[in-house]
Amino acid sequence: MSENFPSTTAHQTRLQTPLGRVRQNGSAKSGTHHWWMQRVTSIALLPLMLWFVFGLATLAGAPYEEIARWVGKPFNAVLMLLLTGIGFYHTASGLQVVIEDYIRPERSAMVAGLLIRGACWVLGLLAALSVLRLAVAH
Amino acid sequence: MATFTLPKNSTIGTGQTYKAEADATNVRSFKIYRWDPDTGDNPRMDTYEIDLDKCGPMVLDALIKIKNEVDTTLTFRRSCREGICGSCSMNIDGLNTLACLKPIEDVLGEIRINPLPHMPVVKDLVPDLSQIYAQLTSIQPWLKADTAPPPDSERLQSKEERAKLDGLWECILCFCCTTACPSYWWNGDRYLGPAVLLQAYRWIADSRDEYTGERLDQLQDPFRLYRCHTIMNCARTCPKGLNPAEAIGHIKTLLVERDR
Repeated sequence: MSENFPSTTAHQTRLQTPLGRVRQNGSAKSGTHHWWMQRVTSIALLPLMLWFVFGLATLAGAPYEEIARWVGKPFNAVLMLLLTGIGFYHTASGLQVVIEDYIRPERSAMVAGLLIRGACWVLGLLAALSVLRLAVAH
Repeated sequence: MATFTLPKNSTIGTGQTYKAEADATNVRSFKIYRWDPDTGDNPRMDTYEIDLDKCGPMVLDALIKIKNEVDTTLTFRRSCREGICGSCSMNIDGLNTLACLKPIEDVLGEIRINPLPHMPVVKDLVPDLSQIYAQLTSIQPWLKADTAPPPDSERLQSKEERAKLDGLWECILCFCCTTACPSYWWNGDRYLGPAVLLQAYRWIADSRDEYTGERLDQLQDPFRLYRCHTIMNCARTCPKGLNPAEAIGHIKTLLVERDR
């Protein structure tokens, strides 16, 4: 291929055949669980978010102690744990898709994916611990 | 990282204008992407003024008229001129379609014609599709069965089984959809793209094929299949009115039912 081929991409200077490039290292035989859990968590978040927004609205303007008591009730605490847990799981898997779409080379994508998953674990555990403290204290 | 701007040697300049004859009354401008690998020049948009009273109704008619009567260097693919060979796929007025099926009068104002987006260009309106052809080969688009066909007849299909192939067999592999897919633009080296996935589903859905599981195995990959984000450009652009996104959805459903 000539040097001044305007839209030349890196692969055109390689002599590997197109079929060899396309087959690459074969199928990863994964991805279904990730895709399916994205759908499941987004559906689960619908009622949870509605409950959360409704709960916050009824507590508008309430003092700290009253909100802490509300979060600490067993039913509310369980839903809060679900909301934050599923929420951060959904965030991590959604950002994973963004990374796979846009970040190259593969190593940068791996690093970014690990950072995001780490951040979601830290934030999710922080949220869970906060809810548990309120639930156990009351 | 995904590239969002054209490389310097791909920025498009203004080209020449070929005026219509002085006595022409029904004139339309065709702005056509030109690039010649032999000159080393950047691509340019040439303008051709065509008298529609002396031209057939479709965009392909105008292209053939330009090549025959105005500028013989204009290069494009065409063969059947009736929407069944898939050769003349190009970007007309911002939408990938077949030049032979696109009426000139459907476009308002000047008619802008570019090669299929985001493919290497061989010359003018001719894209290099070798990667897509290799991807098509990789899904083995033919009937695979270990059971021998009956000695006295073909492999039989019920009417219901045959009906599952409707909306799939009509694909003529023009690759308007694949080259319209942003996900394919970013990740075309690993994502198979709508046209090839529709073909893959065409064989998965075929009751006579006995390799459904192996076919699903080959597709079950974050990049080969799951780069489809149901953007739907494929269905919007398909000149045959097919819906590749729906076929991809069926593949995803089968995988969830099998593997979740």
